Amino acid sequence: MITFDAVSKTYHGQTHAALTDVSVDVAKGEFVFLVGASGSGKSTFLRLILREYRPTSGHVYVAGDDVGRLPSWRVPGLRRKVGVVFQDFRLLPGKTVYQNVAFALQVIGKPSSVIKKTVPETLELVGLAGLGDRMPDELAGGEQQRVALARAFVNRPPMLLADEPTGNLDPATSVGIMKLLDRINRTGTTVIMATHDATVVDQMRRRVIELVDGVVVRDQSKGVYGS
Amino acid sequence: MRHTLSETFTGLRRNLSMTIAVIVTMWVSLSLFGVGVMAAQQVDLIKGRWYDRIELTVFLCTSASQGPNCDAGQDATQAQKDAIRQALESNPEVQTVYYQSKDQVFEEFKEVYKDSSILSAMSPKDMQDLYRIKLKDPQEYQGVRAAVEGMPGVQAVQDLRQYLEPLFGWLNLAQGLAVGASALLLLAAALQIINTIRMAAYSRRRELGIMRLVGAGNWYITAPFVLESLIAALIGAALACGTLAALEQFVIIDNAKVSIQTVHWVEWQHASVAMAGVVLVAIVLSTVPALIATRRYLKV
Repeated sequence: MITFDAVSKTYHGQTHAALTDVSVDVAKGEFVFLVGASGSGKSTFLRLILREYRPTSGHVYVAGDDVGRLPSWRVPGLRRKVGVVFQDFRLLPGKTVYQNVAFALQVIGKPSSVIKKTVPETLELVGLAGLGDRMPDELAGGEQQRVALARAFVNRPPMLLADEPTGNLDPATSVGIMKLLDRINRTGTTVIMATHDATVVDQMRRRVIELVDGVVVRDQSKGVYGS
Repeated sequence: MRHTLSETFTGLRRNLSMTIAVIVTMWVSLSLFGVGVMAAQQVDLIKGRWYDRIELTVFLCTSASQGPNCDAGQDATQAQKDAIRQALESNPEVQTVYYQSKDQVFEEFKEVYKDSSILSAMSPKDMQDLYRIKLKDPQEYQGVRAAVEGMPGVQAVQDLRQYLEPLFGWLNLAQGLAVGASALLLLAAALQIINTIRMAAYSRRRELGIMRLVGAGNWYITAPFVLESLIAALIGAALACGTLAALEQFVIIDNAKVSIQTVHWVEWQHASVAMAGVVLVAIVLSTVPALIATRRYLKV
């Protein structure tokens, strides 16, 4: 589903590489933790999948496409296949929960009949049934992250990226989000989650890829946070 | 499509002050541009077909004309005409000699004054046979003039340029100022559009970020911004066209044409050319900066 082939990335104007010679294969339906300290290259890894950046050398393949060589008119198509959530949720404060989720479908031109059917379904899936009319700032952090997950998943993408999704949440709330990610993964969605939350990694026992200074130092199935 | 249009109008309302600034700048600059185009056409109309090709015109005697070299009541004879042509063609300063008979001259006259009341009072009989002369060096007209001025059958030698050059000097200056000022203002309008888009993109950066993230198409994201600039520019162009139409109707048709009938003034057809130019410039000068700005500030 996602393949990194000898990928290196050096940001413009910097001498130190963010990623160095990374080769990784993620199969369809896998759940992968990407662990490492801040600045170890986790976010860069995710951004290369989304084509927010191109690799300096090597190739990133997503669903068969060489992402770095994708013409820019095909980038939106790539992003429709990859849902994303972030540590800071990134909800639109002026829109209700329902509108935030519906927005993701509206802007890719889905007909309103589809939106009316899919959005409530997805809100129910993430455990927010009945909260559609609330504004984001009326919700707790965990609930906001569920809205963000609903938005990322409402289009049923085959891949979901999560960049520190529990970073702003307390441990109890984090468990709820992890259960939800697990549930989404069980629908066949490939999930890659960047985190430095040792607790959730140790609880889940999934594949762990560890980055140190942009280099993959460990790739272990059913791994834990520390080796 | 519906989204694009509703976003466009939301944008126009949200940036109302900037939109008005773009409209007003476009209006003034495009009006000046249109005036420049009309002035250029006016110069061409006054010049007519011959101005750029000839320097001197030798009018030949007719039965009605009077002059020291004319036999009263008689046209210039063929022998006189041949002698004059001979003299002209052998002159080293002359490059080309065109002959036009009364009928040919009248044909041109009809063309120039086709809308004028003068025409009905005229016939080929009122015209003169003439030679039009192209000089090798337009400054050296005195020698040629002296050579044929006294010849029998020559009624008069006219140097068209001498009379019209100062007028054209002023017209060209006016035209240059109008076009120059409009170019500066159009540059300002283009920069305003870029700034407006930058500000709008900044104030909506969260929303645009999400749109990009969930895979909204490039055109879907940029179209409202481009359409917004285009609509503002087209409103400016419409106002400029109105200004040009008012100029044509109230200044040219109602006044200039009435008081100076001998000049062939710019008509509605010329004003339409200027208006078409105005609309074209408005389209180019709004979409191009908008596309540049969206590329730069709305990168995928």
